Amino acid sequence: MSAALMPYEEALAKYEPVLGVETHIELGTASKMFCGCPTTFGAPPNTQVCPVCLGLPGSLPVANKAAIEGIIKIGLALNCTIVEWCRFARKNYFYPDMPKNFQISQYDEPLCVDGHLDVEVDGETYRIGIERVHMEEDTGKSLHVGGATGRIHGADYSLVDYNRAGIPLVEIVTKPITGTGDKAPLVARAYATELRELVRALGVSDVRMEEGSMRCDINVSLAPRGSAEWGTRTETKNVNSLRSVERAVRHEIERQAAVLESGGTVVQETRHFHEDTGTTTSGRSKEEAQDYRYFPEPDLVPIAPSREWVEELRASLPELPAARRRRVQAEWGLTDLELRDVVNAGALDLIEDTVKAGCAPAPARKWWMNELSRRAAEQGVELSDLPITPRQVARIQALIDEGSLNDKLARQVFEGVLAGEGDPDQVVAARGLKIVSDEGELSAIVDQVIADNAEVAEKVRSGKVAAAGALVGAVMKATRGQADAARARELILEKLGAS
Amino acid sequence: MSAITRDEVAHLARLSRLALGEEELDHLAAQLDVIISAVARVQEVAAEDIPPTSHALPLTNVFRPDEVRPSLSPEQALAGAPAAEEQRFRVPRILGEEA
Repeated sequence: MSAALMPYEEALAKYEPVLGVETHIELGTASKMFCGCPTTFGAPPNTQVCPVCLGLPGSLPVANKAAIEGIIKIGLALNCTIVEWCRFARKNYFYPDMPKNFQISQYDEPLCVDGHLDVEVDGETYRIGIERVHMEEDTGKSLHVGGATGRIHGADYSLVDYNRAGIPLVEIVTKPITGTGDKAPLVARAYATELRELVRALGVSDVRMEEGSMRCDINVSLAPRGSAEWGTRTETKNVNSLRSVERAVRHEIERQAAVLESGGTVVQETRHFHEDTGTTTSGRSKEEAQDYRYFPEPDLVPIAPSREWVEELRASLPELPAARRRRVQAEWGLTDLELRDVVNAGALDLIEDTVKAGCAPAPARKWWMNELSRRAAEQGVELSDLPITPRQVARIQALIDEGSLNDKLARQVFEGVLAGEGDPDQVVAARGLKIVSDEGELSAIVDQVIADNAEVAEKVRSGKVAAAGALVGAVMKATRGQADAARARELILEKLGAS
Repeated sequence: MSAITRDEVAHLARLSRLALGEEELDHLAAQLDVIISAVARVQEVAAEDIPPTSHALPLTNVFRPDEVRPSLSPEQALAGAPAAEEQRFRVPRILGEEA
């Protein structure tokens, strides 16, 4: 059964949305948060577990230093204050995704607090407040067996794999995001996008939403326009792509507006997002689940990051995405719109790496944004998933610059590289794509063409210079497009005394 | 005034999925009240200048390097499980009373 919806424009005319985003990011450490088990994605079930992450009696967790450094870097990049002292806490709940019956998390003492992240939508900047960034551990994965759909409702029993249990997880919670109006879905998406870029730049996570190493929960509430009081919020989980972040916000605005309009009340609850339909459905009601009985984790001592350590980590931060975009825009001489296109196409890294490999910015951008974007779109893959490297693109451009290739031949080289025929030079050699620039060779071909096309040659000799086009065509055909057409034309006219 | 009420004990039992009967609740609520009252006496000793203490050791920043150590084999991991299937822990239906 699908919920009643109010058309988006109408909903926005009547109500002002307030958003909140909670993002979980798995850190890319080699070992888990509190034990030495590996964190490899996709390993066979229960092959990366030990007494600590299974919560067996007598085991003792010890915090992973690289994970603590990772979260502090994220906190610093989000302009947070890194607290001087904090503790882990036990979050107790009865659910088999944690074998211990609790999750080690942080409660009232998060490691990083009070930051912000600026995001841009349609040329306007929105400052998203960051409430807190805290450290916790990921949970296991359940497979629900029986029932109609493999979902938790109606399942006969569940099978649990604890490989993921205990992987370092960072939770980033925004402050309420207000004043975005009809841009709310885009702002939420821009925030998730910018956060992903930021964390990726820090190199602390691969932030792959499709593999679950970045997951978003979206809080939405509506207030009648002009009202100072916020409405009841819902929390939508299972939002696993950037596009879904936008769709989930939009759907909740339309749904809640319809509920309020019909005189109903929005229920505070967890809702599940469905990728296929773009809708949400009610999950478990929240009241009971919220009694987590947090208390300080007795098995882990407090974290007290020294100011020296924090400053060391701050100094180690790489160039962050916003600063990088400004620099690249200046260096490459792009307009705001051109920069946005490059960023949206996911081509910034690729173009920059191509430039680093020795290519000029303009051709680097041209190949990635035109030829290669077109091919990626045709194949329905991301630009970065194309089997061609920035170094190879730079090499192809170098061959053009030295006169060995023209753009037309270069496209065939791209095709060959993408087809797995090897590096550009191998493709050029195997396909015989070099421009025939050897003057003697070209001259011999021209002589042959003139001999083979005596009638046409005679016309040119007698002054019909336009007829030379046919001879140029024949030269190009004989060289399979690899001759410099302009030079061939010069040679023909020279030899026929028509120049 | 008791340190913990019978209702609170019933609530905690429900959160812990413990099926306690009426008599058990009476019995345990009284016992827990005695235990908590005894522990609460510690609070009387604590002076204003003593901060609440969660850890007995005066240590902070105990970390381990990010190094992989051998895990258990799946057979070892599942050895104590009441039920297993497809190399996974098999657990009863999760949303029993709520679904």
